Amino acid sequence: MTPPVVELRGVSCQLGTRPPRPIVRDVSFTVAPGETLVLLGRSGSGKTTTLKLINRLIEPSAGDVIIAGRSTGAVPPFRLRRGIGYVIQEVGLLPHLTVADNVGLVPRLEGWEAQRIDARVTELLTLVGLAPQQFAARRPHELSGGQRQRVGVARALAVDPSLLLLDEPFGALDPITRTELQREFKGLIARLGKAMVFVTHDVREGLLLGTRIGLMQDGRLVFLGTPDEFRRSAEPEVRAFLEAAA
Amino acid sequence: MNLVRFYLDNTREVVGLVGQHLLLVLVSTAIAVAIGVPVGILLTRRPAWRGPVLGLANVFQTIPSLAMFGFLIPLPFLGGIGARTAIVALVVYALLPIVRNTYVGISGIDPAVREAARGMGMTDGELLRIVELPLSAGVILAGIRVATVVGVGTATIAAAIGAGGLGVYIFRGVAVVDNTLILAGAVPAALLALGADGLLGMLERRFVWR
Repeated sequence: MTPPVVELRGVSCQLGTRPPRPIVRDVSFTVAPGETLVLLGRSGSGKTTTLKLINRLIEPSAGDVIIAGRSTGAVPPFRLRRGIGYVIQEVGLLPHLTVADNVGLVPRLEGWEAQRIDARVTELLTLVGLAPQQFAARRPHELSGGQRQRVGVARALAVDPSLLLLDEPFGALDPITRTELQREFKGLIARLGKAMVFVTHDVREGLLLGTRIGLMQDGRLVFLGTPDEFRRSAEPEVRAFLEAAA
Repeated sequence: MNLVRFYLDNTREVVGLVGQHLLLVLVSTAIAVAIGVPVGILLTRRPAWRGPVLGLANVFQTIPSLAMFGFLIPLPFLGGIGARTAIVALVVYALLPIVRNTYVGISGIDPAVREAARGMGMTDGELLRIVELPLSAGVILAGIRVATVVGVGTATIAAAIGAGGLGVYIFRGVAVVDNTLILAGAVPAALLALGADGLLGMLERRFVWR
């Protein structure tokens, strides 16, 4: 068995003081290369917090997050994050930079030469289905919502990270664009073979894209298994989600 | 007509005073930017300091300018008669709008944009340079514009402590009750203020995103 790209061991997180509210409670899972773990759950179930615990935008109060064999606490946060692709809903692009500059941002931080960045940007825009000559010089506000999310995915892939974190990347899109992007993204996942953690509250999206599904409720992981196991599960929260989607 | 005649007769002096006036405003605004922008940035990193620092800048702002020049004259190093004292006073007045707008501009950035930038692995310095300063540049420039326009007006009073500038004509005109002389100082001062407002306003509009 290949070693996991990321592993959570009994991770908990409390936010606020007097009294501290537990947001994530004792969550453990692993994600192997080529695997897409979908974190599903209602609003406030702790799925986005769990994602941010992985790239340390939020610090765990207990437990350990291990990436490529090392505890994330042992690496400076900025170094850790540059090795992890991060895609979020809508606002992730910097409004004052062109599409090319947004996609080339992390390579630039990493000190790549301009020529190498240009080549990589062209390659990535093509990969996500945006013609480079047409889109490279535009700014985010000149794009449609779907095009912006494509740029977001391209940017996350820029330095070829082995792990991608996606936080409801298609959440703000109209249903037709969303379905189109989900299909394309599924193809992309299969070709890239990266480990991904994908947060959504949309069961259909989860079942389409996930190789495994983790269902969260009140900060706990109440179900973890393949989409087939998910459909057969008797867990009440799983049933509630499946019935809501039926 | 009298005004035109006056300018024709005193061209050299007028040009000299306009130059002095511009120099007072440019030097004081530059110093205020060099102090105010870093202080504004610091306030976004240490929110607890915001109340005391902005409060102090506010108090300075309420001191009447003639009184401020008067207070400064007896001080060692900063004070005395001449341009240096005037520049100190003008810097003090220019600080508030610059500090406040820097703070407001940076803290007004969508927190999600900041989090996305951190999520990509930016250090604090990179976040400031690549995201926060460019996105708040318009608001910061608006503060610099207000400071400059106010500075052009306040600098006319600097003539009272021997710093020169267009205020020389205004004070002389008031003393000898000569409206032409007052206008000879006031009209170019007003034009300078309008010019600075227009130029900085143009620059500001280049920093509007989306």
